[in-house]
Amino acid sequence: MYDGGKVIIGLIVLFIICTFPFFYNMGRAAKVPEPKLDTPAIKKLPEWERVCVQPTPWMRANHMRLLDHWRNWALREANREYIGFNGKRYTISLQNTCLNCHSNYDKFCNECHSYMGIKPYCWGCHLQKPKEWAKGELKEGR
Amino acid sequence: MEVNRRQFLKSIGLFTILGIGGWSAFELLVPGQIEAQYARKKEALRAKRWAMVIDMTKMDEETAKRCIEACRRIHNIPDFYHPVDPKYKVDPKKARRWEIKWIWLEPFEHAFPDLEEKFMPESLKEKLFVVLCNNCDNPPCVRVCPTKATWKREDGIVMIDFHRCIGCRFCMAACPFGSRSFNWGDPRPYVNYRNPEFPTREKGVVEKCNFCAERIDKGLLPACVEASNGAMTFGDIADPNSEVRRLLREHYTIRRKPHLGTEPQVYYIIM
Repeated sequence: MYDGGKVIIGLIVLFIICTFPFFYNMGRAAKVPEPKLDTPAIKKLPEWERVCVQPTPWMRANHMRLLDHWRNWALREANREYIGFNGKRYTISLQNTCLNCHSNYDKFCNECHSYMGIKPYCWGCHLQKPKEWAKGELKEGR
Repeated sequence: MEVNRRQFLKSIGLFTILGIGGWSAFELLVPGQIEAQYARKKEALRAKRWAMVIDMTKMDEETAKRCIEACRRIHNIPDFYHPVDPKYKVDPKKARRWEIKWIWLEPFEHAFPDLEEKFMPESLKEKLFVVLCNNCDNPPCVRVCPTKATWKREDGIVMIDFHRCIGCRFCMAACPFGSRSFNWGDPRPYVNYRNPEFPTREKGVVEKCNFCAERIDKGLLPACVEASNGAMTFGDIADPNSEVRRLLREHYTIRRKPHLGTEPQVYYIIM
């Protein structure tokens, strides 16, 4: 092999550069998100009614897709009622239905979103309730 | 194992389908994790074509202000002259440029420029007219929207999906009534009354009156109509027995710039 030493050194440097993030973050696993469901609206419900519009695992994987459909149904087709998996009827509205129960942005929405490193801008328009209401001033930059 | 030509082509075809259309073909055959489990609300108001009649003989300035105020509150419309926090104060010139208008007042010659005459009754000439989006039957704004963020709903209401709006403002250029406003900045610091049931808007989207589509779908009349003490009437213009049709039968009404062919659906009784 011509210039074997240089090639091997180069390969080692490349290996270090490529694997640097893994070494750098070793032993520093990010905290597994634990979304909290202890909002006043949910606490008020009896135990058997503490379900979302679809089963929890499904919602975890597909809530963004559901919201996408909700928006189109409500705005474009004027169909503003959703029939949940257990037959219960819900008003199709992120702000008035979802955020009514899930009023804890930091402990529910942001818990997973920040873990995944995504920044949905739902709350730029859809007001959070009722925390911000009580304060009388809406926080900016969300 | 011998593979003849026929078997070879068959397997190639099968693998092509799996390879190219694999996932989508699967989705097509086993549709939707999201089943179409939705319905219109029972209490929703229904019409073939919504329209509005504004009786200017009953609409004095006080009533008009009340209607405008009702709209402002219900739709979280920012008021750039009066920020929530004084630190967001903008100078009046900018505030005027940034103004968001859903329903507002215009003098006769602005509202009906083609109908202005040299000699007119003073009562008309000096009157401030309530103007709002005409929710045209042939809306030019819809035609120019490059993202389908604005469209005409089945019942005639011209809607905006703020999520899809890219802020190109073609619709504003297309609208001959100036009914659309652009959010030049974040409106939130200027939203004085926050209706928790309606979203605010973000910087960079166009907004306008939506005939209170969200209220109609809940079985409520538009906010301005409710606040107008009978000066505004809202109803189905396709139904000959409706209240709006009765008013149109009994009164002479005018519309804003009808010669442009946009078929505005807000009618004015002027005398």
